[in-house]
Amino acid sequence: MAELEQRGDRTPIPAAWEYASAPESREIVKLEERYGLFIGGEFVEPRSGEHYKTLDPSSEEPLAEIPQAGPEDVALAVGTARKAFSDGWSAASPAERAKYLFRIARILQERSREFAVLESLNGGKPIRESRDVDVPLAAAHFFYYAGWADKLEYAFPHRRQQPLGVAGQIIPWNFPLLMLAWKIAPALAAGNTVVLKPAETTPLSALLFCDVLRQAELPPGVVNIVTGDGATGAALVKSEVDKIAFTGSTEVGKAIQRELAGTGKKLTLELGGKAANIIFDDCALDQAVEGIVNGIYFNQGHVCCAGSRLLVQESIYEPLLEKLKRRLTTLRVGDPLDKNTDVGAINSRQQLDKIEELVAAGEEEGAEIYQPPCRLPEKGYWFAPTVFTNVAQSYRIAQEEIFGPVLSVLTFRTPDEAVEKANNTPYGLSAGVWTEKGSRILWMAQRLEAGVIWANTYNRFDPASPFGGYKESGFGREGGLHGLEPYLDFREDSADVIGG
Amino acid sequence: MAQAPALPTGFELPLEPRLPRIGSVDQVAVEARATDLSRRSIKREAKLFALDLAVRMMDLTTLEGADTPGKVAALASKAVRPDPSDASVPSVAAVCVYPNLVQTARERVAGSGVKVASVATAFPSGQSPIDLKVAEARRVVELGADEVDMVIDRGAFLAGRYAKVYDEIVQVKEAVAETHLKVILEVGELGTYDNVRRASLLAIAAGADFIKTSTGKLSSSATLPVTLVMLEAIRDVFEETGRRVGMKPAGGIRNAKQAVQTLVLVHETLGLDWLTPDLFRFGASSLLNDVLMQIRKEKTGRYQSPEYFTID
Repeated sequence: MAELEQRGDRTPIPAAWEYASAPESREIVKLEERYGLFIGGEFVEPRSGEHYKTLDPSSEEPLAEIPQAGPEDVALAVGTARKAFSDGWSAASPAERAKYLFRIARILQERSREFAVLESLNGGKPIRESRDVDVPLAAAHFFYYAGWADKLEYAFPHRRQQPLGVAGQIIPWNFPLLMLAWKIAPALAAGNTVVLKPAETTPLSALLFCDVLRQAELPPGVVNIVTGDGATGAALVKSEVDKIAFTGSTEVGKAIQRELAGTGKKLTLELGGKAANIIFDDCALDQAVEGIVNGIYFNQGHVCCAGSRLLVQESIYEPLLEKLKRRLTTLRVGDPLDKNTDVGAINSRQQLDKIEELVAAGEEEGAEIYQPPCRLPEKGYWFAPTVFTNVAQSYRIAQEEIFGPVLSVLTFRTPDEAVEKANNTPYGLSAGVWTEKGSRILWMAQRLEAGVIWANTYNRFDPASPFGGYKESGFGREGGLHGLEPYLDFREDSADVIGG
Repeated sequence: MAQAPALPTGFELPLEPRLPRIGSVDQVAVEARATDLSRRSIKREAKLFALDLAVRMMDLTTLEGADTPGKVAALASKAVRPDPSDASVPSVAAVCVYPNLVQTARERVAGSGVKVASVATAFPSGQSPIDLKVAEARRVVELGADEVDMVIDRGAFLAGRYAKVYDEIVQVKEAVAETHLKVILEVGELGTYDNVRRASLLAIAAGADFIKTSTGKLSSSATLPVTLVMLEAIRDVFEETGRRVGMKPAGGIRNAKQAVQTLVLVHETLGLDWLTPDLFRFGASSLLNDVLMQIRKEKTGRYQSPEYFTID
């Protein structure tokens, strides 16, 4: 550690400063060996009789057995939700609904460390992120929508609104608890009941959340959690729900939309992205580098709005790339539970295969690859932070969503060209603009086809701010007032309109 | 041959390759980055390493009107032997005192390797004619200071007279010759991170060996984001020119935790090469005892009562 290297007659410079490991304790999380489906406020054995193992992706160590819900299980959950809806929840006073949401929010805060550890354990993300981002934001979403529950008539004045009924919600594995909060909080605030299916690889925080629901004494059946793979999701889509809210891949989103066509069921989709992070030559360079890193290596790049296409103004290409590469050497890849880890494990074998496949394609197409020297653990699923330069717009790595810690760098010369290149994608979820010039930020924001545009920052979220996509990134918004709308039926209140 | 248009003085050194921009700093983002880095969890041997380093990097300072030979002698003794009960605790880098007390400090630290630093150029305001500042700096060197900490003229800087600020540093650098020159920006009076960056580059271009945050006379001084901005300026100069400039945060660093956080900032911004007293110093008066207390805690596993650490 404190070995010193003598260099000339100068004071010795240390050979290394290794930070001692600083792992967050796993003790706080108590896992069951085997879980049931959460239906009607109880954990029940799946009628399918099937279970599968969920893993810690950083070690491939099995954590628990999870039920694989079949169509019968899903139907039971939806029926239970329907009953809870008509037996009281839809008639509960709005203030009563708010009470439960506030309770859930507070319990999430109280148990935040437990959720943070579990989220990192099951998902592979660094504890720093689950502790500072995922869990606090999840609680914030419940607080936010708790506030709206008894104010819906002010949220949508002159429109008489009522809940839809049962919402079927399917969430992805990248932010398991946060996506759960994005889905459940507005649904309950609007007076619906819920059947939620967590992602196959990351069901544990949703199952721990069931405990929070019981602690909050939420009436049984208002929220039901069914676990399983894509087949379970498909069964939920086909079931007797009134609405489907899906966050996940564009491919599956399209299949869901086809399935629901003509059924009258409502649908919101939050799908993939290939966001442009646009760096102008007048930006604050060092801070832009941080934004680029946060844009693509945050959560191992498993972020639908990740800034995966870096568009750099050619006049600062070289200094920026130099700074970026240097910065990558300080990224700490490793144990997700270590408080100093910046980049954790890839979520699953399947996802790692996909990343490796696309990276190989990038190299084959002629892009130049850079990875900082870093020791990856032997067990588990890992991928080093990666930058591709010499990328042409036509390469697969510039077109397809990689959903991993892989950045493709392209250049532009003028603002017009930046807009043109940024919009040249089937996706349209998010974008970043880095410039000191306020007027240019607004100019760009008007022209970029993306649901979320960050200026001089990236991957910032707030419950009050709507989130969602253009084009193949989906439709419907989550967060803010916009996020309530998809969970309500509206009738124009003619008397009110005339009166008002 | 046509003559190139004259540039204002102060724009020849590392600026050419950087044109057309000095660069700017985004306040929100730089503060967020500093906060992120401050959350690094530094424990056990890594912490002990940092604490030991912090002692070796310390400029133990007293700059008070009430300073006397007695006070400075005590401080200088402490600098040489910070923890008499633990021989493995190293000496600090330097003692920093007013010019009148340089001689006293020199006598006390003689032979120990501890340097004597002093302040010049109408410290702390810098609001004096340049000839006086130059004379003062020269005199401080004659008095036996190994290192001179000068202040920039913030009045001139804030009035946009950058060339004046630059010229003064050049002249003081000439006056002190080989003596180590630290240039104090007094960031608390500069108002913005952009100004901190600009003043850092200006001071470096003018010949500073070190850039230093503050005089210690203001309440707002060596915060983590300010330190980060200055380290980034140093990094840019190093990457463009290969020249290594030192950094000294001073004022406001009162406990060991802040010192360790600052060292993390240095480590992750400039790397191991700057983790040496040749290129990094802490200017502090009350930091040392907390660091000593933490060192003993790391070694014994227990906190020792403050009474066991000398007050000087």
